[in-house]
Amino acid sequence: MITRTATIASSVGLHARPANLFVQEVARLGVPVMIHTGGKKPVDARSMLGVMTLGAKHGDIVTLTSEDAGATEALESLAAFLEIDHDAA
Amino acid sequence: MSLHGIGVSPGAAHGPAVLVHTTLISPPGARTSDPEGSLQQVVDALEAVALELESRLATAPEAVRPVLEATAMMARDPGLVSGAEIHVADGHGPVDALHLAIEEYCGMLASLGDSYLAERQSDLRDIFQRAAAAMLGLPVPGIPSLRVPSVIIAHDLSPADTATLARDLVLGIITEAGGPTSHTAIIAAQLGIPAVVQAAGVLSAAPGRVGLDGSSGLVITDPTPEAAESLVARDRARIELQADGVGPGTTSDGHRVQVLANIGTLDDALLAARADVEGVGLFRTEFLFPDREQPPSVAEQTEAYTRVFDAFAGRKVVVRTLDAGADKPLAFANLGEEANPALGVRGLRLHRELRHLLDDQLEALAAARRSTSADVWVMAPMVATPSEASWFADLGRAAGLPTVGTMIEVPAAALRSGQVLADCDFASIGTNDLSQYLFAADRMDGRLAPLLSGWQPALWSTIRACVDGADGKPVGICGEIAGDPLLALVATGAGVSSLSMATARTGLVRAALRRHDLATCTAMLQAVLESASPEEARHAVMALVDKDLAAVLA
Repeated sequence: MITRTATIASSVGLHARPANLFVQEVARLGVPVMIHTGGKKPVDARSMLGVMTLGAKHGDIVTLTSEDAGATEALESLAAFLEIDHDAA
Repeated sequence: MSLHGIGVSPGAAHGPAVLVHTTLISPPGARTSDPEGSLQQVVDALEAVALELESRLATAPEAVRPVLEATAMMARDPGLVSGAEIHVADGHGPVDALHLAIEEYCGMLASLGDSYLAERQSDLRDIFQRAAAAMLGLPVPGIPSLRVPSVIIAHDLSPADTATLARDLVLGIITEAGGPTSHTAIIAAQLGIPAVVQAAGVLSAAPGRVGLDGSSGLVITDPTPEAAESLVARDRARIELQADGVGPGTTSDGHRVQVLANIGTLDDALLAARADVEGVGLFRTEFLFPDREQPPSVAEQTEAYTRVFDAFAGRKVVVRTLDAGADKPLAFANLGEEANPALGVRGLRLHRELRHLLDDQLEALAAARRSTSADVWVMAPMVATPSEASWFADLGRAAGLPTVGTMIEVPAAALRSGQVLADCDFASIGTNDLSQYLFAADRMDGRLAPLLSGWQPALWSTIRACVDGADGKPVGICGEIAGDPLLALVATGAGVSSLSMATARTGLVRAALRRHDLATCTAMLQAVLESASPEEARHAVMALVDKDLAAVLA
């Protein structure tokens, strides 16, 4: 299993629009990715509902994991995606 | 059988009745010994829901498409299937498993303390209802796909239901609940679909065919061909009468009353701009601030306002600044829970808490105004005192908006209109909220609808006091009553200078004005003020009405 952490940059946290964009990005990369924060249970990163219910706020650290050993690059790119503020106009 | 409701969108129609089922499906508590097969049923049902929602995209109004797309996407969320998978493995049947999975997400969304996310619960529960109906072979809740033009009968319609109405297939709408200012009423009037609300007993009558008159509120279940014909004949007479109602609004003796349109979206604006109206009396700007995390930028707002002003080049457009608050929450303007949202920090009160929102909006309006030839007027909602009105007027003028005014929705402002308007150029009475505050009656509660009747004599005492106090400054009406041809005459008698309404209502209002002189309008107001009840007031005014108009309204 490979792991990568990221700090949420979106000023409103990881829900609604930023969550939607993130989920679409996961779907585009096509690798199995789970995401979790704090003590919460990991959720499927392709699930908008799962990602929204993490309730991750601006500045929270989330952990991305994948069982696919070849997904290192994808995790890097998703972490970088989370570290951009997608609400900045 | 004849029933009487409240006519909220004019026009007569008759045709096959389609009953909208609002009985919610409960999980049956069934068990399964075939978890795999059950899960497949859940997967298929969710996919069917997503496809059905997407099939409406092509015909849905522009403003509704994002809602449909987001709901379809939620139906395809892998989290629902993986949630249901756990419960079918425990032996729950497919409907129960999906119900449990959805309620788990609802619980999580509710616990996050975020109003936007909490509202997604109703979308999820709507998905459950649709998927459960598919699995159980029950009728889908909400408006079914219509194949032939039909009249819709429902207890009430949800905003999502009314938003997806296909104008060419919906002949009319009848609901048992709702009021003149309900979502159903407003959307129906805007789309020009005849509608009657508060028609008690129509659902249990379960008619095969039904006729309705959206002006008088008359509903006839399983009408004889003659009865259906007479409904239509009256409608034809109304259309004939309306043929007079062109050009600027004026009484028979030349007293001018501007007839304007209420608009709430770009679609509305473009439709209204093509109609024979003198401009816009109420441009609601809330549509620019929907479910989003951040307010629109000045540039985005400027572009939207410019499109509306361009459509009304050379005509008047009265803009209302953002009217939000706890009753219409926005993620970026959420000041927390309030026990009485209608009495809380909304409208101008919110502007004062979140000045940057107002500053951005005024800047964008001023920029849009400079680039077009529309006559732009700007007003603030929920003004209660002279100092609030002056505060707003100063900010508006400083931003470069020369014509600044105030909404009159709070009785305190109506009674002191002279002082409230001291620094303003005009006022516009929002009669829906004014009635709500005057009668201490929640507009959302259908049981209180009689208190909110536009015929209440106390409402007219207040309106007259407001116009008298304004000392010649223009005072318009932009509430629902402006679109009622009889109340439009009463308003004219009260000295109101403009009437703003759903575009579909402008024709009959102008025709009514053309058939009465100012003295008759004044006598009508007097008759209302001397009445003890709404019924008595309407009766007294009907006695003074021109016979052709009376025949159409009877």
